[in-house]
Amino acid sequence: MAAPTTERPASTGDTRELAPARRGNRAGPALLTVLTWIVGIGFFFPILWMVLTAFKKEADAYTSPPSLFFTPTLEQFETVFSSGIGPYLLNSLFATVMSTVFVLLLAVPAAYAVSLRPVKKTQDVLFFFISTKMLPVVAAIVPIYVVVNNIGMLDNIWTLVVLYTAMNLPIAVWMMRSFFQEVPKELLEAASMDGASLWRSMREVVLPVVSPGIAATSLICVIFAWNEFFFAVNLTAATAATVPVFLVGFITSEGLYFAKLCAAATMCALPVVVAGWIAQNKLVQGLSFGAVK
Amino acid sequence: MADVVFDQASRVYTAGAKPAVNRLDLEIAEGEFVVLVGPSGSGKSTALRMLAGLEEIDDGEIRIGGRNMVGVPSRDRDIAMVFQNYALYPNKTVGDNMAFPLKMRGVDKATQQEKVRAAADILGLTDYLDRKPKALSGGQRQRVAMGRAIVREPQVFLMDEPLSNLDAKMRVSTRTEIAAMQRRLGVTTVYVTHDQVEAMTMGDRVALLADGKLQQFDTPADLYDKPANAFVAGFIGSPAMNLFTLPVSAEGVRIGSSELRLPREVQSRISGDRVTLGIRPEQWGVANGDGGASAGGVKAQVDVVEELGSDAYLYAHLDDDAQTAVVVRTAGRSGARRGDQIVLTPTSDELHLFDPESGDRL
Repeated sequence: MAAPTTERPASTGDTRELAPARRGNRAGPALLTVLTWIVGIGFFFPILWMVLTAFKKEADAYTSPPSLFFTPTLEQFETVFSSGIGPYLLNSLFATVMSTVFVLLLAVPAAYAVSLRPVKKTQDVLFFFISTKMLPVVAAIVPIYVVVNNIGMLDNIWTLVVLYTAMNLPIAVWMMRSFFQEVPKELLEAASMDGASLWRSMREVVLPVVSPGIAATSLICVIFAWNEFFFAVNLTAATAATVPVFLVGFITSEGLYFAKLCAAATMCALPVVVAGWIAQNKLVQGLSFGAVK
Repeated sequence: MADVVFDQASRVYTAGAKPAVNRLDLEIAEGEFVVLVGPSGSGKSTALRMLAGLEEIDDGEIRIGGRNMVGVPSRDRDIAMVFQNYALYPNKTVGDNMAFPLKMRGVDKATQQEKVRAAADILGLTDYLDRKPKALSGGQRQRVAMGRAIVREPQVFLMDEPLSNLDAKMRVSTRTEIAAMQRRLGVTTVYVTHDQVEAMTMGDRVALLADGKLQQFDTPADLYDKPANAFVAGFIGSPAMNLFTLPVSAEGVRIGSSELRLPREVQSRISGDRVTLGIRPEQWGVANGDGGASAGGVKAQVDVVEELGSDAYLYAHLDDDAQTAVVVRTAGRSGARRGDQIVLTPTSDELHLFDPESGDRL
């Protein structure tokens, strides 16, 4: 009975000795956490400022430092709406959705072919796809403009749909390829053994497995198409102009009205954020699917 | 149910290179359970995949139920396959996984349900039909893969190392389950494994492949007792058969400085001046080395003793030639220890003699 009681203080002494060392080890991760927050807030701050300013009265928008407490108002959003953002939003929406649909329709089969049924020249084809992204868009705009002008498609939303499809297709093929490569080839073999045709094994077996990849690819395409400015500003005017074009015009005309500008910018950013949020749910769901093994 | 014939079937991956499967001839009877076994790279999986329609048949024919399969796509071959990693559809439930082949063949919903239920009953999966494969253990996934194969009632089952992702205990119990189920369903089955214990215990007949070539196609007992060549002799059996290439003497063969006398009948089969002699670990009689050199015995020194309970393995080297290792199986707790001197005598007349050049059985 005596032995354990004499031993117990000794063991508490041990833990007391160990504790400071452990605390020292924890300082590293804590520092990193703080750093992460600082960097994160640093990145997020302009957006926070934009969103907050969008809900302010014009007079509050100019206080320095910016006031955090104010009576929010939707006044600025009403102004933006009444200044005619509607058609621009619709144009952007149309160009983004249509081009993304076309990209997926073309990129998914292409990526399936280059990843699951490769042939000798597959590597060359992949390089060709990505090489189209190497030319600066600025260098190509003159010939594109001439062609579009000659076929009478200037200021037509379908021009943007075609260009955005072409612009995003290589990236989408490359992205989808890496997702298809993750599909165990035994799944396809099992499907063909089970009697599935190419089309059915694609629809019932492969696509569900790569759906997180489709979500990620769509999101990238949506972001790129929604934010595209260069083609839009050069090839559209009154009827087919998109949101980024509107925003630039808004800066020129209302550039001194920060609150209004922030409201417009917030509205332009919102659809992409929503798309990202929807895709993220799908992405997480995809990750939790787990591998076949 | 159908018979399966490999008729000089070959698979050549790159023109001019050695074929992965080289002129394979197998005749598998209706309802038979045949195991393809061999070391890695032997072509056993390729042969199975040729039968499955997942690899081209570059030369020769494969026939299922008399019908030539060259150029016939997998889905028209009426076969079902169990893959090593099970290849379950991760987004489908267990029930939908098992119903998939029926659905693809246009079987109506009610019949699908009924057949899936029946298969799930046999496999003990009834409670798991609504789960996704991810939520199952390895053994359960393996059974779902089996279920997906049996609902179809195909002509032939193909199994590609279906047990290798299971732990040792599961592997033994599933081994017996698969064998029993095959006997009950009576479906012709071709089973690939690298594990000779699976080959010996499961198959009606075993085809041993090496380097793309068939070495022997026989019952497990014949494979063990009458190996066709030195490769088969060394591959089948654990621990492996002792193989020595020895000079021939007047009365037998010389092993180190001792002479191993061979029965006259055995000796008559030797033609050259050297011969490869095969003796299974259990075909040695062990005597204590102190008892004096008994005639025809081989002296050896024990290096390692492996006690397995029911029996023990002695790993020893010859006194005269430390490079020559020999494995002996004795009764458990024989008392042998590391460093002991022993004298080994072949106890059986069924010694295996092989041509040292070709490796063929003499």
